[in-house]
Amino acid sequence: MKDVIEGRVWVLGADVDTDQIISGKYLTIIDPNELKKHVFEIALPEFAREARAGDIIVADENFACGSSREHAPQAMRAIGVGAVVADSFARIFYRNAINLGIPTIEARGVRQIFAQGDPARIEMGAGRVTNLRTGAFVTFPPLPHHLLDLLEAGGLVEKVRSELERRKAAPGAA
Amino acid sequence: MSGTNGHGMTMAEKILARAGGLDHVVPGQIVEGNVDLAMMHEQGAQTVLPFHQMGAEKVWDPDRVVIAIDHWVPASTEGAAVLHRILRKFAAETHLPHFYDVGNHGICHQILAENGWVVPGDLAVGTDSHTNMLGAMGAVAAGIGPTEMAAVLALGRLWLKVPPTIQIRVRGRFGRGVTAKDLILRILGEVKTTGATYKAVEFTGPTIDALSMPERFTICNMTTEMGAKTGMVAPDETTFDYLRPIAKHAMHPLRSDPDAAYERVIDIDVSDMPPMVACPYSPDNVRPLPEVVREHVKVDQVFLGSCTNARIEDLREGAAMMKGHTVAPGVRFIVSPASTKIYQQCLTEGIIETFTKAGAVFTNSSCSACFGGNMGILAPEEVCASSSNRNFPGRMGAKEARIYLLSPAATVAAAIRGELTDPRDLM
Repeated sequence: MKDVIEGRVWVLGADVDTDQIISGKYLTIIDPNELKKHVFEIALPEFAREARAGDIIVADENFACGSSREHAPQAMRAIGVGAVVADSFARIFYRNAINLGIPTIEARGVRQIFAQGDPARIEMGAGRVTNLRTGAFVTFPPLPHHLLDLLEAGGLVEKVRSELERRKAAPGAA
Repeated sequence: MSGTNGHGMTMAEKILARAGGLDHVVPGQIVEGNVDLAMMHEQGAQTVLPFHQMGAEKVWDPDRVVIAIDHWVPASTEGAAVLHRILRKFAAETHLPHFYDVGNHGICHQILAENGWVVPGDLAVGTDSHTNMLGAMGAVAAGIGPTEMAAVLALGRLWLKVPPTIQIRVRGRFGRGVTAKDLILRILGEVKTTGATYKAVEFTGPTIDALSMPERFTICNMTTEMGAKTGMVAPDETTFDYLRPIAKHAMHPLRSDPDAAYERVIDIDVSDMPPMVACPYSPDNVRPLPEVVREHVKVDQVFLGSCTNARIEDLREGAAMMKGHTVAPGVRFIVSPASTKIYQQCLTEGIIETFTKAGAVFTNSSCSACFGGNMGILAPEEVCASSSNRNFPGRMGAKEARIYLLSPAATVAAAIRGELTDPRDLM
């Protein structure tokens, strides 16, 4: 995981629920490359067509509330979203996104300092999100160690794989 | 409304301490907890790939894993058929015996409840956000995603941050035509969709003590809409009576200490509460139903179903109101029981006859119209009165469609009159 993440911002409002990210009718799709064609279809219809790898999502409160569907962060990962920053997140999305290795940052007031298309810089270690057009910034508490470990590992799959490998190498140790 | 700061532990803290093998935990602490029950529905198909990618060879404890397909049952699209097939193959390969497949199916949370899969003291996780419902057993029950579920299947545990608890104390007796659904809607109107994010919600007080298990399921179910990690009711004789004949594993009843610390305490008196309704486009956009009724909101579709309100008690209440009436012209009324067992009860009790003779469609058990991906899809500009749990834009189909969330009685009243109606007018 990079300490400094930069990218172009897409802004979203408050309470953007998972139906507005990946609608219920697409839940039988499990190929992320198919899913990404429909991401934000209700909340931000031009996103799927115009988003580029490295773009950053900036949202207001309670981002991705609603269902447990991992389709939402899966589709964002398939597009190559560089980070998701929001005033606050719904808990299952937050876990899902981190588990998939997407830098996911709760930064109070972040939505207010960005307009659509602004360039953003996120400093993970320093805990700061800056609008590179206006110079405005907000700070956030550094992520807890176990979450940084997960992101460093590249996500939960990689973390569990190395744990299972360690167990096999040293049988008997828990 | 205030917090408390005693030194005892809340029920959620005690359960997570037990899961983590610890004597004491505090909110904010990260606990690696042993999982007592893991549940997957169709989203579990996305668990299979990460499970293999992790290099896992076997499931930690097949007797602690339940698969219950519910969103598309029987498969309504080729995509759904593929998800079901992936799950059946995975269950066969990893020797998972507890698969509630077509014919023995139901909404996953109802399957867990009516078969005693979650008991007091459990840490239960499921690949559906409304897993919170099972907290009504006096458990910590939370929704997780499929990649996380792969880790649970491989290791039998997951990390959780110990949540602070919001205590909601309820007193007073429900008036005629007012139900547990109206109570949880009213609470949502006050706590809002972010008011309990990452937190545990514990319901207590004389009104809660007097609730049946199905009513407790309804209120815990919709703590998801407040952002909560879990919704809970302390285990009591009602819980034990419900679970004794069906519990699948040992109970470890835990209750909050009298000096437990709560982040916030909310007091509610239901004595004078009218029926409530959540208006578009958020479950926290809650108003007294009589006020909205005056605006003459015409409905195109009515849905009595979902994990929130499709148990036998809900359908009995709905059928009693339906008797002697017909579905209003131009209204589609969909009734979907929460499980096959409930379907059979409806058959025996004449409930299916009552609804279908009145002009409703009584479907096989599934999530049905609730999530906009299977049946009962709404067109733009359509209006639906629903006993389900969410009314965000696009939830049941077109993003412009408007969904009103109501008690089962109020949905039936809307089906009879063709517009939002105070159920007390038909009692």
